[in-house]
Amino acid sequence: MSHFESGSLTGKDLHLAFGHNKVLRGIDLHVEKGTAASVIGPSGSGKSTLLRVMNRLIEPDQGDILLDGRSVLKDNPDELRRRIGMVFQQFNLFPHKSVGENVAFALRKLRKLPKEQAWSEALEQLDKVGLKHKAEVRPSTLSGGQQQRVAIARALAMQPEVMFFDEATSALDPELVKGVLALMTDLAKDGMTMVVVTHEMGFSRNVSNQVVFMDGGVVVENGSPEKLFTDPQTDRLKKFLSDVL
Amino acid sequence: MDAWSRLADTFLNWGYIGEVLPTMFSYGLLNTIVLALASGTIGTVLGVLLAMMGISRTPVVRWIARIYTDIFRGVPAVLLILVIGLGFGPLVKELTGTRSPYPLGIVALGLMAAAYIGEIFRSGIQSVDKGQLEASRALGFGYGPSMRMIVVPQGIRRVLPALMNQFIALIKDSSLVFTLGLMSHERELFQIGQDFAANNGNQSPLVAAALFYLVMTIPLTHLVNYIDKRLSTGKALKPEPDEAAAPIGKGAHS
Repeated sequence: MSHFESGSLTGKDLHLAFGHNKVLRGIDLHVEKGTAASVIGPSGSGKSTLLRVMNRLIEPDQGDILLDGRSVLKDNPDELRRRIGMVFQQFNLFPHKSVGENVAFALRKLRKLPKEQAWSEALEQLDKVGLKHKAEVRPSTLSGGQQQRVAIARALAMQPEVMFFDEATSALDPELVKGVLALMTDLAKDGMTMVVVTHEMGFSRNVSNQVVFMDGGVVVENGSPEKLFTDPQTDRLKKFLSDVL
Repeated sequence: MDAWSRLADTFLNWGYIGEVLPTMFSYGLLNTIVLALASGTIGTVLGVLLAMMGISRTPVVRWIARIYTDIFRGVPAVLLILVIGLGFGPLVKELTGTRSPYPLGIVALGLMAAAYIGEIFRSGIQSVDKGQLEASRALGFGYGPSMRMIVVPQGIRRVLPALMNQFIALIKDSSLVFTLGLMSHERELFQIGQDFAANNGNQSPLVAAALFYLVMTIPLTHLVNYIDKRLSTGKALKPEPDEAAAPIGKGAHS
């Protein structure tokens, strides 16, 4: 894989509430350029919501988001999202389009590439995830692991500066998790700035440069994997780790 | 004449049927098709609009669609045709000079179909997984383009069978415009059959009309089932090699 032109990502004092339900209560997060941060925590802690707020799928009530040190809250949110790739738990491939078209579609419509060029770039991306030969078939004929690799190729084709992974392996059969995790590990090693919401403690510990532990809409602990996994400071993280490990 | 042959004469008098067929072929069939297609077009265009309104993020717009749908689905078709056809007749005559209730019949059928078709489209669009919109937006498409290019095409695909059923219903309901008192050449299949039947005291012309309807509706019904089956199996663009081989048993899964 190539080296990525990625940027740093910062969230400052992010707040979000749905009615009385305060989902994010002042999140501060900084992901250095070319590093991977994994976000862990019990379900309902606001991890997935945090990703959606940072690419403005949901607008924060308060706070700021900086990409490469510059605030993006005033930018067009659609253009911001072109700079941040996102991979979902349920893959969310477009079932009515072929695998190749899933990747080529946004290249044509958003990056305005001519048809042939969009298709050849799509094939190139699919080749990188080992699925070039599946370009003509519908996503439903692929395994979950293959679908997720297509989803990663689709996001990478937009040449994002940052990649978000929202529990990308949680919906996969156990034997398919490995392939997707290996792909994510390669991305991290190639210098992609990544925010990875995950339950895969192995990935969090061994691949990510930074671990963020969230609970109840706040960042409870934040630091290097060694520090958080071997020397947790709070009872909440201690309890969480003893529950999942 | 015994009872059986009297019954046979009542329903299958070939003489009467032969007499009514030319009229049915010359304009009756065409009028039925025009009524169904024209009202179907109005219904589809308005139905798409109603569906869009029905999923709007503005409550007032949703309510308007809701109220329209409830009213036009909630009254009998024949009542709607009479009220609109007779009620707006004088106004249309003043504006256009035409006395014919035929266009108003089309409008009435179309307005009614729109209520059903709007609900069909809305349920289809809303049945598309939320993740589709999210994934499209995450790529950088706006809300409008995401709906137009990703969500709506999937929603419409799913409701094609229901849409076809609605069109079949329109073919049958087009017969109700007879209540407006059409001119001779405006009559559709049912009215022609009905007039012949009344004039001759014999039901065979109505049986002829029924056959015309069945020739249209039965193939459409089977087409619906075919589409339904194709959609639910979600056929691949290109079958996998082993899938292609399966029907002839070569390399098929055990």
